[in-house]
Amino acid sequence: MTPKQPVLDLSPPVSDEIRKTTCYMCACRCGINVHMKTNADGDMKVAYIEGNRDHPINKGVLCAKGSAGIMQHNAPARLRKPLKRVGERGSGEFEEIEWEEALQIATDWLAPIRANAPEKLAFFTGRDQSQSFTSYWAQNFGTPNYAAHGGFCSVNMAAAGIYTMGGAFWEFGQPDWDHTKLFMLFGVAEDHDSNPIKMGIGKIKARGARVIGVNPIRTGYNAVADDWVGITPGTDGLFILSMIHCLMKAGRIDLDYLARFTDAPALVNGDPGSPEFGLFLRDKNGKQQVICRKTGKLTAFDQPGVRPDLSATHIIGDITHRPVFHHMAEKYLTDDYAPEDVADRCGIPAPRIRAIATEIARVAFDEAFELDHEWTDFRGDVHKTMTGRPVSFHAMRGISAHANGFQTCRALHTLQIILGTVEVPGGFRFKPPYPKPATAHPKPHCGVTPGKPLDGPHLGFVQGPADLALKNDGTPARIDKAFTWENPMSAHGLMHMVISNAHAGDPYKIDTLFMYMANMSWNSSMNTGGVMKMLTDKDTNGDYVIPRIIYSDAYSSEMVAFADLILPDTTYLERHDCISLLDRPICEADAAADAIRWPVVEPDRDVRGFQSVLCDLGARLGLPGFVDDTGGQKYADYADYITNHERRPGIGPLAGFRGADGTQAGRGAANPDQLNRYIQNGGFFTHHIPDGAQYYKPWNNAYQDWAVETGLYDAPQPYLFSLYAEPMRRFQLAAEGHGDRQPPDHLRDRIKHTMSPLPIWYETDQQGNDGFTITALTQRPMAMYHSWGSQNAWLRQIHGHNPLYLPTKLMRANDLQDGDWARVTSPHGEITVPVMEMASLNENTVWTWNAIGKRKGAWALDDAAPEATKGFLLNHLIHELLPPKGDGLRWSNADPITGQAAWFDLKVKIEKSPAQTESKPTTPKQKSPVAAAPKNLAWKSR
Amino acid sequence: MTELPQATQKKLGLVIDLDTCVGCHACVISCKGWNTENYGAPLSDQDAYGADPSGTFLNRVHSYEVQPDTGPAQLFHFPKSCLHCEDAPCVTVCPTGASYKRAEDGIVLVNESDCIGCGLCAWACPYGARELDQAAGVMKKCTLCVDRIYNDNLPEEDRIPACVRTCPSGARHFGDLGDPDSDVSQLVVARGGVDLMPEQGTKPVNKYLPPRPKDQMPEIDVLAPFLAPIDQEPKGFLGWLDRTLDKI
Repeated sequence: MTPKQPVLDLSPPVSDEIRKTTCYMCACRCGINVHMKTNADGDMKVAYIEGNRDHPINKGVLCAKGSAGIMQHNAPARLRKPLKRVGERGSGEFEEIEWEEALQIATDWLAPIRANAPEKLAFFTGRDQSQSFTSYWAQNFGTPNYAAHGGFCSVNMAAAGIYTMGGAFWEFGQPDWDHTKLFMLFGVAEDHDSNPIKMGIGKIKARGARVIGVNPIRTGYNAVADDWVGITPGTDGLFILSMIHCLMKAGRIDLDYLARFTDAPALVNGDPGSPEFGLFLRDKNGKQQVICRKTGKLTAFDQPGVRPDLSATHIIGDITHRPVFHHMAEKYLTDDYAPEDVADRCGIPAPRIRAIATEIARVAFDEAFELDHEWTDFRGDVHKTMTGRPVSFHAMRGISAHANGFQTCRALHTLQIILGTVEVPGGFRFKPPYPKPATAHPKPHCGVTPGKPLDGPHLGFVQGPADLALKNDGTPARIDKAFTWENPMSAHGLMHMVISNAHAGDPYKIDTLFMYMANMSWNSSMNTGGVMKMLTDKDTNGDYVIPRIIYSDAYSSEMVAFADLILPDTTYLERHDCISLLDRPICEADAAADAIRWPVVEPDRDVRGFQSVLCDLGARLGLPGFVDDTGGQKYADYADYITNHERRPGIGPLAGFRGADGTQAGRGAANPDQLNRYIQNGGFFTHHIPDGAQYYKPWNNAYQDWAVETGLYDAPQPYLFSLYAEPMRRFQLAAEGHGDRQPPDHLRDRIKHTMSPLPIWYETDQQGNDGFTITALTQRPMAMYHSWGSQNAWLRQIHGHNPLYLPTKLMRANDLQDGDWARVTSPHGEITVPVMEMASLNENTVWTWNAIGKRKGAWALDDAAPEATKGFLLNHLIHELLPPKGDGLRWSNADPITGQAAWFDLKVKIEKSPAQTESKPTTPKQKSPVAAAPKNLAWKSR
Repeated sequence: MTELPQATQKKLGLVIDLDTCVGCHACVISCKGWNTENYGAPLSDQDAYGADPSGTFLNRVHSYEVQPDTGPAQLFHFPKSCLHCEDAPCVTVCPTGASYKRAEDGIVLVNESDCIGCGLCAWACPYGARELDQAAGVMKKCTLCVDRIYNDNLPEEDRIPACVRTCPSGARHFGDLGDPDSDVSQLVVARGGVDLMPEQGTKPVNKYLPPRPKDQMPEIDVLAPFLAPIDQEPKGFLGWLDRTLDKI
């Protein structure tokens, strides 16, 4: 047959309108173009979603999750109307009610709590991207019991970064992708900051830069890494400290950087009998003191012309004060950290550790370069150029979700700092509002007065025992026991302990648990089966032990079934949001940036954006921040709050288009047209950092001045990086018996041991792990986010199954073949699951994709869906508490410094099981509050 | 049987970099979204929320583990869609002329109004790059976004396939592989791009860039000069420090 080419329309209309907003399919918060088409009924429908080329985060690209947003927006699992529980908790028996009734119920429950005992409300949020707003609401309510999900996510990473260098990895900083030549990433989750990291890896690989991946599992970024280090989980800190040992021993460190910009030269009290032992020698203004190498004199670190001496000591009376750098030499030059000593524990041969340290140093020092930008530091020293050290690091949850994670993250920052690669060209760069040291953050507040707001922000950065959230009798002020001796530096709270503690009445009982976007009865809790029992447990009177539960979610998640009252949220395309500089903005290293979401379509269900509901509920409860002078509702909805709320005079949720005419950036009066200006600008706002201010930000006068102008700070606040974390030393001093506020005796040794002011590595608590020798991990796929993806018809075709991946050696040892089943046991529980072999995996580690397993009846999935039959959670194997020690105490399975949930400390054993039809344990079905999903889809909006 | 054009004016196609593909599936879903809403019948999904969801995709990413002779196992991600072959067996096998290769740019397309859904082309394709849509009963395949690349309604920079526009790691490139001076042809030369299964004789237009060798960092023993200790004694370290600080 001869070719017969049809005539094609090569320029069909793409859409009727493009509406630009912000993605919400993960924490990346990319800009998206939502293409709208009017259908045959005259309704505007979402037709296609692509990345916004102008957007600072994604510059046009978009991941699978983002492109599949249309299926999330149209998911059959969307809740449709407020729900009141009518059956037993956990069953999913609800009746639909009107919003007025729902809000009245909530008000009737909450008003008496506020009037009598505000701490009886525990308000915790999960994948909340409005934490500066939800915390403001909780603060106005007056309960000390508020936090978001950071405690079970990655507080170790955030806190270690902020305490050490005034900013963390995650999305708060980034490698200098334009200049870096060696990029080393540790334990990086593939679903966070994912588009920027993918873009960066593509960019540097195109230049021939080397990528080194440190991860027990070689998938994703590690699959494209030039070198893969399949480390033994939980030993990253030891590996890093060994590289620090090698680099210090060889003198391959940046002494000039250490002297100028870090506390390495700061003098430390050396008198073992002193209550100041191990604290900095400070002047009368509280400033750290150093010896100036030029004058030999003692001086505050920040005085003009001072050249701090890394080596000089200072004697006052008979007390020798030694610089931090001496302490580092003493600690890290010992053979305890020699590669030969750590190799077996890390599972990395000693010559390999040396090779990587060598390569890092070679690139940092032998490929150093200069950028032609003159800048002036806080001492007034003018630098003609900016020295580039093109080695960059990135790390995420893999190293932080261990009980030694805080110190491991600190160790990694120490490695960056001794190489002089932070805030320099080619290294790691902060994104505004960072850099911001721990001392510039709030301290935690827990002062409760019935009927009044809390005495300050809930969360913050303690500087010592005086800042702990303890009641006068020394018991925890917060339900999650954050900021107590058990985990003094728990900057993000401990959401994972709330249900367990509330059920145990430890430290006290609560009345109402109010949660937002947190699947705490399923994949977001350890000990999932136990948590479901706690949520449904009744006392001798037949009342629920946790009396009331209010929950807001957009979808029919597992948690919905356990609530008494459901406040249905909108999808991300139906709502206002602000991605705020007061919270977790979308800045780049060379620009401040924030963004909005706006309703590109109106909901077709009787649902309301949760933040707007809080504006309403806040007014009904008479919360001071939510009522006007006449007692009426102050903010009609969240959009009104975003536009008109001022946190400080002239500083609001959005930095862009401020002032009456919308020309002011950062500071300025509220602008009633602000949201429209954002919409016209593509949904975001960018404010560039001037040339010459883009690096060395913590010490660069030009940056500090720009940050003040922009409203990030109220005054310049240059600071030194904290290689030596003095707050940790203060807790050690208390444990040694100094001071009025004393830890309980059972915690003294642990505090002394773990809270070393210089990073250390320690093995996590192995009690009860005898016979359990295999580490079990979870990962999140790039194409799925937490529990959300399974309801997405497109994404579940990519990740609908989650076998347990076993390394070849364990497959052979257990006579297993792909598709066989295995019984996996931990000290806490057991699961029986399908297995699959994976060769590119640490030989003593097993893993699976996180949160693919679903409860039958949830997420509008069919009962026969693989997620609900063969899908499973490792959570059943992980307890929120360590095995009992016989002392009657409840020891959290968490980092003893921050309370970070130690998900990745899980140890298991594996044996072959007869084939199963479903994974075990099984959970009875929950009744779905939404209609059954359609069988087939053939989408086309027109 | 349907004839192929004697020659095409251009050879438009994709160059896919296996060194930087992280396997994120962004291209898979972007393609699904665009082609559901645009060219021809929507890409349908059967049992979308059920036991065995199965939909039509024009582009899929496969993953393969490789165990080299030395060093650890490696994992590769391999995106695969129609390669727009010069000698496309899917076209010549078509009984109705619905499958055809465009003379102007070499894109292989299916004219859905002539497709009877017999599936012969999918059998003939050695790459498994065609999928019969179960709802529409017509054969679906990569169109190279023929409704984007010439589309006057799109900004010029967006006149590229959806998968290329969305790829976060920049692993996908689009251009005229018939023009030796084009960026894509130059990239293929520079990186040693290869045909997929050349033994099939289909002369695919799409090219794959092979991954760089991995795990090549030599291990270093204790005496290597780069990391030679400055002094064996801790006191010696502080002496070195003093001497070095004097030079700064």
